[in-house]
Amino acid sequence: MVKKKLVLSFPPRLIQEPVTYHLIRDYDLQVNIMRATVKPRERGRMVVELKGEKENLDRALAYMDEQGVQVDTMVQEMRYYPDRCVHCTACTAVCPTGALSVEPTTRETLFDASHCIICEACIPTCAYAAIESQF
Amino acid sequence: MIRSIEEINAKIKAGKVVVATAEEVIGLVADKGVGAAARQVDVVTTGTFGPMCSSGAYFNIGQSTPKIKCGGGKVTFNGVPVYAGWAAADLYLGCTAMPDDDPRNAVYPGLFKYGGAHVIEELISGKKVRLEAKTYGTDCYPRKEYSVELGLADFNSAVLFNPRNAYQLYNVAVNLSQRTIYTYMGVLKPRMGNANYSTAGALSPLLNDPRQRTLGLGTRIFLGGGEGYVVWPGTQHVASPARDERDLPLSPSATLAVMGDLKAMSPRFLRAASLAGYGASLGVGLGIPIPIIDEQVMAHAAVRDQDITMPIIDYSEAYPLGRSGNLGRVSMADLMSGQIEVEGKKVPTGGLASRHRAREVALELKTRISEGRFLLTRPVAPLPGAELAEGLV
Repeated sequence: MVKKKLVLSFPPRLIQEPVTYHLIRDYDLQVNIMRATVKPRERGRMVVELKGEKENLDRALAYMDEQGVQVDTMVQEMRYYPDRCVHCTACTAVCPTGALSVEPTTRETLFDASHCIICEACIPTCAYAAIESQF
Repeated sequence: MIRSIEEINAKIKAGKVVVATAEEVIGLVADKGVGAAARQVDVVTTGTFGPMCSSGAYFNIGQSTPKIKCGGGKVTFNGVPVYAGWAAADLYLGCTAMPDDDPRNAVYPGLFKYGGAHVIEELISGKKVRLEAKTYGTDCYPRKEYSVELGLADFNSAVLFNPRNAYQLYNVAVNLSQRTIYTYMGVLKPRMGNANYSTAGALSPLLNDPRQRTLGLGTRIFLGGGEGYVVWPGTQHVASPARDERDLPLSPSATLAVMGDLKAMSPRFLRAASLAGYGASLGVGLGIPIPIIDEQVMAHAAVRDQDITMPIIDYSEAYPLGRSGNLGRVSMADLMSGQIEVEGKKVPTGGLASRHRAREVALELKTRISEGRFLLTRPVAPLPGAELAEGLV
């Protein structure tokens, strides 16, 4: 079993295509949807964690590619600006995944995009606009 | 007395002074004992950096032709109202001031993206701001309206003047209610989803001299990247707090009123903050040098994070309604671990003050003293409730 966190982007024409259904039914994947926005006539976005056999996961990725779903492995929607950050660490207490954490010795705030699920809980906690979402 | 201020300053000028930060001195005292550490180190530097809402700056503008009397009129900087109830050309800009047309919390939680603090940060970042004045005319000041762009250098004087900074100890804030609340202690999640604290702990200026034996009115300090002075006890200063066996206060107590030349300050240590649902504030970097004039001063300056404890307060009900009592006490060391336990529940912790930047303040002050660019001062008078160490009186 392998596990992968992905950001899926659906072009408007794919809104009618039940991609998640196919991922589960045809590729036997566990689909954990962490964040999703779907609006008529706009690009849909979904942050998911897919879990299953490696072979199935690879086939599912090929299926999505075929369908025109853009698959990103890294969250790029959250922009962290280290020059604006004063390292107060307020954001780290509300981050559910540990993507935002405190370096115990230097007391710096660290952002690891690979753990971010774009929940945006950190945004209102930052008084210095050091983190922004473009999801 | 081990050494006098005059002896310390002579060593600073000779380049022979020994300076350590309040963090560095902890290990030294643990290794060598208070007596040896006190003989070895001349000065301990402290630092803090956090949002301090009772901050602002006053300005004197060059007169226009014909002249204008701002006093009694209405003046804004980039739309942010400034206090003009003084003479013709003196203005005070508070960091929490908001433009008249800002929705504030009418759209809840308000974002408070641009207030007085942001004007101050723009000025010290080299940007110009627009002054707009509307007032009444007089025989000696006939002009009634004035609009001009001004940079920091254009003001005759620009002085940071903060009535209350550097709080000695602060509450740990939690939220016992069922909804997210927006406070000056940050965003607090329901059912104790997080606990926020705001102190520099072992680096905090007033926790390293808890009885203010070495500092008082007139003490020269690091302020906002430049130099400043303690000019008065801060507002809400508590002169005689309950203390523990280390002389640390049990609740927020001593505060300082400080001022310094804004023109020498930097956005690294003076930063505009927008606290969601609460308001604008100013992140202030402040550091105080502690002259090690006797062993007790050193014993106090060696305070550790595990020694400092703070009350945990519910900001959904107990704080706004002014109820006494708390949910227990927790140490700075526990808070810095990232998680505390309150009434059996594990609660993640977050800071409002930056320990990282506080350390930068203490190290910068250490560098300035070591390089002979910062001399220590003898306080002119003690803070209320304080007794200056022998040799400083």
